[in-house]
Amino acid sequence: MTKLLSVENLCRHFPVRVPGQGVSALFGRPATLRAVDGVSFSLEAGRTLGVVGESGCGKSTTARLVLGLMSPTAGKVWFEGQAVPAKRDRRWRALRQRMQMVYQDPLSALDRRLPAITQVMEPLTVFNIGTPAERREKAQELMASAGLTPHLFGRYPHELSGGQRQRVVLARALILEPSLLVCDEPISALDVSIQAQVINLLLDLQERFNLAFLFISHDLKVVRQISHEVAVMYLGRIVEQGDPESLFQHPAHPYTQALVSAIPSPWRRQEAKRIVLEGDPPNPVNVPSGCPFHPRCPHAMPACRVSAPELTDIGGGRKAACHLLTTANGPPANVSPIHVSAVSTA
Amino acid sequence: MFYFLIARGFRALVTIFLVLSFAFVILRLSGDPALLILSPDAPPEAIEAFRQGWGLDAPVWKQYLGYFLNLAEGNFGQSMRDGRPAIELVAERIPATLAITLPAFALKLLIGIPGGIFAALNRNSLIDRLVMSLSVAGYTVPSFVLGLILVLVFAVKMGWLPSGGYTSPAHIILPAITLGLGGAAILARFTRSAMLEVLGQPYIRTASAKGLIWRLVVTGHALPNAAIPTVTIVGFMVGSLIAGAVVVESVFAWPGVGRLLVSAVANRDLAVVQAILLLVAACMVASNLIVDALYGWIDPRLRTGRNLKAGG
Amino acid sequence: MTDLPIAPVAAVTADAERSKLSRFLEAYPPLVLFGITWIGTMLAVALLADVLAPYSYSALDLKARLSPPVFVGGSWAHPLGTDELGRDVLSRLVYSIRISLLIAFASTIISATIGVTLGLLAAHFRGWVEQLVLTLVDFQASMPFMIIALAVLAFFGNTLTLFICLMGFYGWERSTRIARGLTIAANEQGYAASVRDIGASPFRIYGLHVLPNIASTLIVSITLTFPEVILLESGLSFLGLGVQPPMTSLGNMVGYGREYLQSATWILLAPSFVIVMTTFSISMVGDWLRDRLDPTLR
Repeated sequence: MTKLLSVENLCRHFPVRVPGQGVSALFGRPATLRAVDGVSFSLEAGRTLGVVGESGCGKSTTARLVLGLMSPTAGKVWFEGQAVPAKRDRRWRALRQRMQMVYQDPLSALDRRLPAITQVMEPLTVFNIGTPAERREKAQELMASAGLTPHLFGRYPHELSGGQRQRVVLARALILEPSLLVCDEPISALDVSIQAQVINLLLDLQERFNLAFLFISHDLKVVRQISHEVAVMYLGRIVEQGDPESLFQHPAHPYTQALVSAIPSPWRRQEAKRIVLEGDPPNPVNVPSGCPFHPRCPHAMPACRVSAPELTDIGGGRKAACHLLTTANGPPANVSPIHVSAVSTA
Repeated sequence: MFYFLIARGFRALVTIFLVLSFAFVILRLSGDPALLILSPDAPPEAIEAFRQGWGLDAPVWKQYLGYFLNLAEGNFGQSMRDGRPAIELVAERIPATLAITLPAFALKLLIGIPGGIFAALNRNSLIDRLVMSLSVAGYTVPSFVLGLILVLVFAVKMGWLPSGGYTSPAHIILPAITLGLGGAAILARFTRSAMLEVLGQPYIRTASAKGLIWRLVVTGHALPNAAIPTVTIVGFMVGSLIAGAVVVESVFAWPGVGRLLVSAVANRDLAVVQAILLLVAACMVASNLIVDALYGWIDPRLRTGRNLKAGG
Repeated sequence: MTDLPIAPVAAVTADAERSKLSRFLEAYPPLVLFGITWIGTMLAVALLADVLAPYSYSALDLKARLSPPVFVGGSWAHPLGTDELGRDVLSRLVYSIRISLLIAFASTIISATIGVTLGLLAAHFRGWVEQLVLTLVDFQASMPFMIIALAVLAFFGNTLTLFICLMGFYGWERSTRIARGLTIAANEQGYAASVRDIGASPFRIYGLHVLPNIASTLIVSITLTFPEVILLESGLSFLGLGVQPPMTSLGNMVGYGREYLQSATWILLAPSFVIVMTTFSISMVGDWLRDRLDPTLR
């Protein structure tokens, strides 16, 4: 199967100023914020890659880089066999028809002064596709597929509920018939009861339109439910990647273990105790040398302070970036596989 | 704090530089200064001599440089009416202007700030409505109308006070009141909305909920926080002490900087206009710097210089 | 007894009527209604000046110089009296309203256009363009506009066109601040960003999405600039440096009328009254609009 999307060694650094000493206190000392620092992955048509990690780990920046909304400092993004241009030129515009974005907050993503259907039609208007009547017909069709009833079509965003708004955003994203949808925390602004509906809608639409999703979330349960593959990010890098079942059942990287142990579960056994990370929260301006996770890692070794581990195959179709897994020491000694029960979001 | 002030000082220099350039550009755009300052029917030799004397035949950048050098030496040009240095003409008018702007300033502070605070603390009361109505009136009645009405009532009809001129302290009263009332109205409005904003904040509710006496809540928490926006507008008023009385001085025939400016504009006495423009700019910039220093003193966030970016 | 069942019904209707009226008065306070009426009247006067004015604004009636208004000893020939040259005060007032409103309207439109354009440019390009615009904003905000206006008038002389353009620089910095702030907010997260991500052109983003969304806030701020322009214009005209004779404006009339403060107060009072009422009405309506349209702006 050919890759729909492949990302090679993607980096995005931002020049920032941090408080300095002496004369440099006036303007601050220049520093580099490494939002995304060498990320590679690929995605096939009709599949879902879930990206998880805490806030500030570079998830959203990755999403914007993939869509070409931001130019990478280094690395390349290939989409349908073409390099995604970093400048907003004609080719970039043409790509908009093939890849679209779904936002976290549907209310702020919609123009509150225009009725829903006008906004769903807008991509067609922008690309000058079809007559106004055809656009309207297409928009009605897609809004119906997104689960909106006709009496909602002409409403303004503030007259819709949160779930309905996200359906409008989805319909707008799908009207150009893209093959890739990048979803940046698409459900975290919604009520829990609505979240499940939107997830089911996403799954339904994926099947119907053969969509690929790059699904970004901090909600591990949702990522597990929707993804065919999961990537865990920490300080701008992927630290572990694999299929969701085995990754969440038997997390290999210490960071993933800590994340998974934080999932609340009514069936958790007594001995599976929660791993609480210590040390400073991650700061992308000041990335530690060696493995970025070593200051907080309960199993850090001397080697971890010196060299950064590569993302390597650890068998079973899984990859991880950890010296503990690749050196002779084997997997972390005192880590027992943490049992995570089947998660139900119904 | 120190660095914050340095950054602000830098900004002040930029403002002064902009004003100077503005004056230079306008001066050059407005036509040939030789023809403007001398009369158009002056003999050609005189015009030529003037051009050479002012360096007007030099390239523009050289003129620009020379202009700054002249200003740096305190040479603001000469009034074309009596040939005296412009800066001297302006300087001798300053005391007269301050004689009405300083009492007016005191009036603004004494009426405006307590009025605003009182109105905010008694929101929607009769007094609040009264203060706000007066404030709207003060804002919508132009100073020349207010001045003329005061003259009409107190000078013409009652004959209590002189209507214009500059001979006794009684002459100060009407212009100072005219100027002070308008400013007090603006200040009251500002203070009231700043106070209302602060009084609605959670920390005020917390302070009163934990049982602090309301008077202490107001003096200890609300007033210092409401002072921050109010200081800005007061700073602007300080900056316009020198030239904020243009219209009022005209109404009362008061021999201050404002009237000098009006007659200089009417006579196109460019050197005098320019000197006043620069003087006003210097005052505004200086008062802005004082306001910034006060900010640092009132607002502890700025004192440490941490909020450098937000502050700039 | 027969009217017993009717009485409560009547009372209910009266109650309903009253609450309807009080609800109406709550939404449209009397002062605001008055303001709207006054502004409407002034607009009508400005538009219909040629029809309404009984005389030309420069027509002399030397036989009736300094004639007082009709109820203080004057005649219906000159309802608001005449000035020292026998010119009809009512006619001059009507034409003054036209000129003053024309200047205020044109200047406010210029100021809003400059302000919004610079604000959008600053928000779109960021970087040094934004810094430049912000420096200009700071400069404008830190200098009293009256002084700048006087300096420009001194250097350039005075024509009506120049005067309007000059007034057009009043208050632009407020529109710039608002437009820039709101546009940056819209661009960073939200509807503008999402339309941009679709691939829409900047003209579409700003013209169709951003401007309509920020219009209400902008209009409120512009409404508050308008009376200030009237005050500024009348102040300069009062000093004799604004609108030049033979043309007449409200401030101009007050300025010439002050010579007759003792003998013919009406020359000065009529235009003063119109200035105060007009600025008052616009401020009232502006404040009311602000409370209705934009509760976040104080």
